[in-house]
Amino acid sequence: MTKYLLTRLRQSLITLFLVSVVVFAGIRALPGDPALALAGEERSPEALAAIREAYGLNDNIVVQYGRFIGHALTGDLGTSSRTGLPVADAIGQALPVTLELAALSLLLAVVLGIGAGVVAAVRRGRPEEWIANAVALIGLSIPTFWLGIVLVLGFAIAIPVFAASGYVPFGTDPVDNLRRMVLPAIVLGSGLAAVVMRQTRAAMLDSLSADYVRTARAKGLSKRSVVGGHALRNSLVTVVTVLGLQLGHLISGAVVTEQIFVLPGFGKLTIDAVFTRDYATLQAVVLCTSAAYILINLLVDVVYSVIDPRIRLGGAR
Amino acid sequence: MTTATQTLPTAPGATARKRATGGRLRALRRNRLALTGGVIAAVFVLAALLAPLIAPYDPAQPDFGNVLAEPSWAHWLGTDDLGRDQLSRIVYGSRASMQVGLVAVVLAFVIGVPLGLLAGYYGRLTDSVVSRLTDTMLAFPFLVLAVGLAAILGPSLTNATIAIGISQIPAVIRITRAETLRLKHVDYVGAAVVNGGGDTTVLFRHILPNATSALIVQATVGIPAAIIGEALLSFLGLGVQPPAPSLGVMLSGAQSFLAPAPWLAVFPGLAIVAATLAFNLLGDGLRDVLDPRGGTR
Amino acid sequence: MTEAVLAGAPGTTGEPVLSVRDLSVSFRSDTRTVHAVDGVSYDLRPGEVLAVVGESGCGKSVTSMAVMGLLPPTARVGGSIRLGGRELVGASEKELRKVRGKDIAMIFQEPMTSLNPVLTIGRQIGEVLRRHRGMSRKEARARAVELLDLVGIPAPQRRIEEYPHQLSGGMRQRVMIAIAVACDPAVLIADEPTTALDVTVQAGILEVLQSLRERLGTAIVLVTHDLGVVADAADRVLVMYAGRPVEQAPVHDLFGAARHPYTRGLLGAVLRPGGEGKRRLPEIPGLVPSLDSQPDACTFAPRCGRADDACTGGRPGFMSIAPEAGADAPHRAACWHPYGVDDRTGTESPATTGATDEPTVAARPDQEAGE
Repeated sequence: MTKYLLTRLRQSLITLFLVSVVVFAGIRALPGDPALALAGEERSPEALAAIREAYGLNDNIVVQYGRFIGHALTGDLGTSSRTGLPVADAIGQALPVTLELAALSLLLAVVLGIGAGVVAAVRRGRPEEWIANAVALIGLSIPTFWLGIVLVLGFAIAIPVFAASGYVPFGTDPVDNLRRMVLPAIVLGSGLAAVVMRQTRAAMLDSLSADYVRTARAKGLSKRSVVGGHALRNSLVTVVTVLGLQLGHLISGAVVTEQIFVLPGFGKLTIDAVFTRDYATLQAVVLCTSAAYILINLLVDVVYSVIDPRIRLGGAR
Repeated sequence: MTTATQTLPTAPGATARKRATGGRLRALRRNRLALTGGVIAAVFVLAALLAPLIAPYDPAQPDFGNVLAEPSWAHWLGTDDLGRDQLSRIVYGSRASMQVGLVAVVLAFVIGVPLGLLAGYYGRLTDSVVSRLTDTMLAFPFLVLAVGLAAILGPSLTNATIAIGISQIPAVIRITRAETLRLKHVDYVGAAVVNGGGDTTVLFRHILPNATSALIVQATVGIPAAIIGEALLSFLGLGVQPPAPSLGVMLSGAQSFLAPAPWLAVFPGLAIVAATLAFNLLGDGLRDVLDPRGGTR
Repeated sequence: MTEAVLAGAPGTTGEPVLSVRDLSVSFRSDTRTVHAVDGVSYDLRPGEVLAVVGESGCGKSVTSMAVMGLLPPTARVGGSIRLGGRELVGASEKELRKVRGKDIAMIFQEPMTSLNPVLTIGRQIGEVLRRHRGMSRKEARARAVELLDLVGIPAPQRRIEEYPHQLSGGMRQRVMIAIAVACDPAVLIADEPTTALDVTVQAGILEVLQSLRERLGTAIVLVTHDLGVVADAADRVLVMYAGRPVEQAPVHDLFGAARHPYTRGLLGAVLRPGGEGKRRLPEIPGLVPSLDSQPDACTFAPRCGRADDACTGGRPGFMSIAPEAGADAPHRAACWHPYGVDDRTGTESPATTGATDEPTVAARPDQEAGE
């Protein structure tokens, strides 16, 4: 398994390198002077000269790239042209918000999605399956942001149970924190739950008709052990794959969700950076997001090998 | 002397037969859903084409004496904060949605199909290069990509369409590549090669036509994704720019009037859901018919 | 229709542990009903090996699955299955779960896929013990090691930590046997246990089954289409065709003096000189009939050289062949024109036998019915 993970690690590093090149080149692909872009609203000749000096824009492009990577690796992600503060600090503040949102949504998606998927597979051909399928299909067709608006309409305006905007750290007031995070988590998690449900159902239908499930039944095991211990255990490999593939959607969804619920997270930082032409921040945010995405996908492969001994211990089936 | 009564062909196993019957029944029910989806999708396409004829009002014409009006006989779906007719704006907004949906998918196909064909047909180095390229594109989540493009090129409908199209390229490459790999080893393609067909002939006359069903299925997945993508980018201000009508722009505006005029948020959203649901149902049905290997996903 | 109790093989005594009477299984769908099993009866005594033989699709596997209660919910099961005095037909799923794996166990044709790929061997053996014997994790583990040793797996201490993909097909089938006999069941059903394995490995698996029968007194139903296996391992044989029993006999009688034309067809290739390498069932001309209907006729008639109007006009009873043997006769066949004792097995196959052949045994099964 070490060999397998090393291969995956090498591939991830290559992709990460390409991504950093694209991000680095992206800013330089801007029409006109990159110093203009990095300067934001402050465009006096002196300011531009200072920026050229600060960013070393007069140097060779390869040297520039090397410095860019060197700084990024040591945690120096540049200075925001909007706030004049280090971008790394802004990211540090935004990260916990987005991580909490992502964690809650993932929890929701996994619990609801796997639960409904298992029920739909076990109760095949019964009303439960039909309902689960219909809800999933509708869930897939509802855009995240509209669901957000409708939920705000329903549970923050019509029946004010939850708060529709703002963030309170969990450490400050756990109840208020959750009151504000429940709706965003539902919005972000529901689409994922629908995808997970469909995949879980398909994988479970496969597993339930597998020979080893027949063996488990022949052992006289309880329905619970047969479904949970044998069929689901095998379906989890597929489900984890899907979760990995869906992380991109989760990141995109987080941007929108934070926008709707005014949460000061990563997504809000990104959108604000676009509209204030804060390229240093944008560059850092895109780099971090893509790096995180690649890293998580690598992590998914590690999780696989934990779930599936065939990968962990090598050898074909 | 042999009696004819029992010489029917050997029947397959009873369980297999049960499954086949169940499958046909499900396909039938799916097809009814697919038909419904197809009809709704056709209505949207027609509405987009004939928007000027269908829309009861000019979608950009403000009426300050009649702002935030509730749905009524004059304005079936109410009016917005500038008194513009909501129904007319939805019809025109659907036009933008369909336009982006189709153009983005075409864009993704124009770039993705040739790359997939090359990677699958020539293999080796070409394949490695294309695969790394695909991986790198996949490493940028859709919205991050769109945001980056909007930042570089400026927010507009065209740039949103480009971003959506680019985000769909990796999937098109992968499917085309897989189909090409499969078809390369089919006998009649081999025969065409032996008979001296050039690479171009083989690729475009023998492989591509046979990959059509898989690509059609991919298109029915791509169109609703593009419709949602357009609405999403416009909602964030990265796509269609107000005052041009777009379902996303309308929802974005509606956010400020959720309490006094909830209908502003409800109807454009329902239109998006109806359009995407229609294409998803159509796609599910087509997949059952065209791509039996697609399974249950 | 047949209610007579069948005698066990020589050397086996006592009450039957498994008693199947007039078992029928049908699958109903919207458009048709398939009668997969129709009128199967047999008894199985402690320590006895009964082979169930027939071509694929003849209902032998469905019969086994019915006995285990593992058929899909769409199946309709009729007749009676008594295991140690307990009726299994119509029993609730909950009751069946208490019996399965404990009093009756099964091993399957596909050792490569019948074990769960993501669980250790030890866990898969242990869970039966924990379920039916209430053992702790530790006790179950210790017992699992003993069981692996019992079925002839070397280094059981190490194997118990391994996953199925690390074992060969033969080893996996041994693990399946270990799981099956973990709770010392009275009956073990082995559904084509050696079909998917190499010839060299097959012998080992059969040896394990034989030794279990001797050491634990387990009664075994051996489902197979391999007549070589039958000759090696079975005490008695039940031959099935198109869901119906056609002949049942002690293994010697069957190989020496098969009465049913179908059985003779099966044996033809096996006993033919030079037929050494071909131990599988031979081809018999014609097609197996559809299972959609339950004709009041012999289902083998269309393929049978001896068939006449009697065969297409009525269903033969599953009767004792020799009138003097009485109702307990160990050798029975369902045929209007069975071969006689003097017809030497294997000299001719039914397909080439003229329909004018006179059955040497004059008594027709229907005339015996009153006895």
